[in-house]
Amino acid sequence: MDATISGAQATGLVTAHKPTGRISDPVFVGLLWGCGIFVLILLGLIIAMLFEGGLPALREFGISFLWSTTWNPVTERFGAGVMVFGTLFSAVIAVIVALPLSFGIAFFLTEIAPGPLRRPIGVAIQLLAAVPSIIYGMWGFFIIVPLMAAYVQPPLIDWLSPIPVIGALFQGPPLGAGMLTAGLIMAIMILPFITAMFVEVLESVPPMIKESAYGVGATTYEVYRNVSVPYGRTAMVGAVMLGLGRALGETMAVTFVIGNATRMSASLFAPGATIASTIANEFPEASTGSLKLQALLQLGFILFVISFIVLALSRLLVRTKG
Amino acid sequence: MASLARRRATDYTVKLISTGFAALSLVFLAWILWTLLARGLPALGPHVFTKITAPPGAGGGLLNAIVGSLIQIGVALAIGTPVGLLCGTFLAENGRGTSVGNAVRFVNDVLLSAPSILIGLFVYQLLVVPFGGFSGWAGAMALAIIVIPVVVRTTEDMLNLVPIGLREAAFALGAPQWKVVTFVTWRAARAGIVTGILLAVARAAGETAPLLFTSLGNNGWSISLNAPMASLPIAIYQYAASPFEDWVALAWAGALIITVGVLTLNILSRLVLAKMK
Amino acid sequence: MNFAPETSIDIASAVNRATAPSAEPKLKVEKLNFFYGDNHALKNINFDIPEKRVTAMIGPSGCGKSTLLRIFNRMYQLYPGQRAEGKILLDGADLLGKQLDSTVVRSRIGMVFQKPTPFPMSIYDNIAFGVKLHESLSKSQMDERVEWCLRKAAIWEETKDRLHTSALGMSGGQQQRLCIARTIAVRPEVILLDEPTSALDPISTSKIEDLIDELKQEFTIVIVTHNMQQAARCADITSFFYLGELIEAGPSAEIFTNPREARTRDYITGRFG
Repeated sequence: MDATISGAQATGLVTAHKPTGRISDPVFVGLLWGCGIFVLILLGLIIAMLFEGGLPALREFGISFLWSTTWNPVTERFGAGVMVFGTLFSAVIAVIVALPLSFGIAFFLTEIAPGPLRRPIGVAIQLLAAVPSIIYGMWGFFIIVPLMAAYVQPPLIDWLSPIPVIGALFQGPPLGAGMLTAGLIMAIMILPFITAMFVEVLESVPPMIKESAYGVGATTYEVYRNVSVPYGRTAMVGAVMLGLGRALGETMAVTFVIGNATRMSASLFAPGATIASTIANEFPEASTGSLKLQALLQLGFILFVISFIVLALSRLLVRTKG
Repeated sequence: MASLARRRATDYTVKLISTGFAALSLVFLAWILWTLLARGLPALGPHVFTKITAPPGAGGGLLNAIVGSLIQIGVALAIGTPVGLLCGTFLAENGRGTSVGNAVRFVNDVLLSAPSILIGLFVYQLLVVPFGGFSGWAGAMALAIIVIPVVVRTTEDMLNLVPIGLREAAFALGAPQWKVVTFVTWRAARAGIVTGILLAVARAAGETAPLLFTSLGNNGWSISLNAPMASLPIAIYQYAASPFEDWVALAWAGALIITVGVLTLNILSRLVLAKMK
Repeated sequence: MNFAPETSIDIASAVNRATAPSAEPKLKVEKLNFFYGDNHALKNINFDIPEKRVTAMIGPSGCGKSTLLRIFNRMYQLYPGQRAEGKILLDGADLLGKQLDSTVVRSRIGMVFQKPTPFPMSIYDNIAFGVKLHESLSKSQMDERVEWCLRKAAIWEETKDRLHTSALGMSGGQQQRLCIARTIAVRPEVILLDEPTSALDPISTSKIEDLIDELKQEFTIVIVTHNMQQAARCADITSFFYLGELIEAGPSAEIFTNPREARTRDYITGRFG
């Protein structure tokens, strides 16, 4: 066989020239743009439909719907106050508990854990985020609530409730279910999200900066506290906001353990309700077109606005890290 | 200025506490898994997979719920994967640096973490009210909206790992964009994209809240997408909160099945990702 | 296997092409200006590239030589904000104008990149991918084409037994020759080489240089290189670019021994760059 076949001989193999791409490419590019824009429309639709669905409730009760603490299905008087409070209160508890844990775990994963253990432990902690919300609900309901009621709450009530001011946080019977339990369980749920972003931010700290701090004799913790964390501060605040955003909208776990009482109470042990748990609980009893359903849709709209603001803020902070 | 001994002690204490926190989080994971195994395993038997849900004491299983979940996840994937794949491709290939691209990326990140119960309410308003009832379609649509942002995010991330040179080389041969994308770029990122889909399945499989007002649940055998459809998470929710022992046991069995499935998918996809990087 | 020509006309034109390069330049650059956004990257370039010769473009980083190469096959059009003004005539037709489709331009002007860019598919499919874009070939025709271009790229012996294995398993030098084969397979008239050996070891580099010498029998070759010895060894014509301008171009022997411009002399004697 001859190894030097000319290009012209190969030219002899030509059959038809296929004008590929002339028609199909605009179609494909159009499809890509279409799908991109679809996501924008989706968000717009979600906001519009929740708002539109809840509008009659807003008309009926006026703007005071936002803070009114009445929620009475019998008299058909509805207000969002108790749920907005419960949503914020339980989510803030979750963040307050998760934050130090995440700081510690991120420190452990980036500075302390021996190399080969880093990944498996990191993955195991991330699996906490993969466990479905309803599983946390069952675990909380069957395991944590009885524990809280039997071993945690009674001594705390005995010791702390007589103290003025702070005592208000520890009033009431030890039911197990309530704000604190919901917050604790959500803390475990959001901890992997915050930790993962912390680790990512900390790993992006230039080694040179850390090394120069070690070079002047700083301890590992001092470098972490005074160099790494300040370096990634903005993005880390963003990570906490993401955790908060997740906690605000958490539904199933909370529904199981918060006690579902539409009463306002400052006590950590009092049963309460969040927007999400109220929607999940009361929706089945709301008939189509009823004022209650509209009030629930309006609650949904309020939750969407709150989460949107928190999540948008989180994302802005995280992406400005560079 | 603190003394060296004190600084050392602080360093040591913080390290100890941090290690403790990491251990604590692993304890929580182990505790949850142990609870599931201890209560789910004894309740697990062939009847869970062969019998449909039944009244308390009648010895029912979860067959209809499992099948319903599979159908709804399947339909959700059929809708959500192409949209998510194309949208992620848009972000990585065409939307980079454009204001539309940035807006889409932003909105997608918000949808990724948005309360899933609101997706349920939205689909209720969009499909259940106008079409006169709860249906498998509505449930699948709600899950599709959960699936899309996950697929978009991983697809974009994975396509960004594909070297620019590979795309240019394909363009340099005179290939139109759709061929460059389908034959070269997607192919190069294949493993990562599949991982994204696996993660989306894992996410959708455990979602309960978006199904509450869409597919509702169904205690009978029904595989019609036009009727209310059972699903595993809804069955668990219904049974776990019930006062009947056999129902609660079934709920634990279902919880074990879901968690094992979801965690397996997660570990699998992480292994694939680790291999790629 | 039978490689006999199917028509005598093809042979005749091939002989013509091989023996008598036309006086007309294959590529004629006229008053070309190029912008990356507001950055004026190429300034009023006028440049003739003769057919079936190797033309080298040299100059310090950022001088615009790679930019010019990427204009020849309209690669810049993939990026919004990049803009060319002026003309580049390919056999007299303006390839920047609307009358030529970019896919057609790219099938006539092939490109090989700095780093090997094998597609994530088999060796055979790597080559078939480009061919299928422009022609409908039968299985046996495709087999012939694959063998033909792999032989051209001097890689047939190494690959003939593993055509259907992944191209990603080859060495860097083999991958680069595969990329050249893939480009040849489309049977372009011009081949653009963007620092094709900068990522390769010396032995692979000399194989590619030998290959360039072979290929100029049939193709017009434009090569961007940082390696002045390479330009001197391979190129018939060498052009020197500096700060977005074409300083001078001429026969390589002349440029490297007796440049007209002081800046060219400074560069090739290593005084800057």
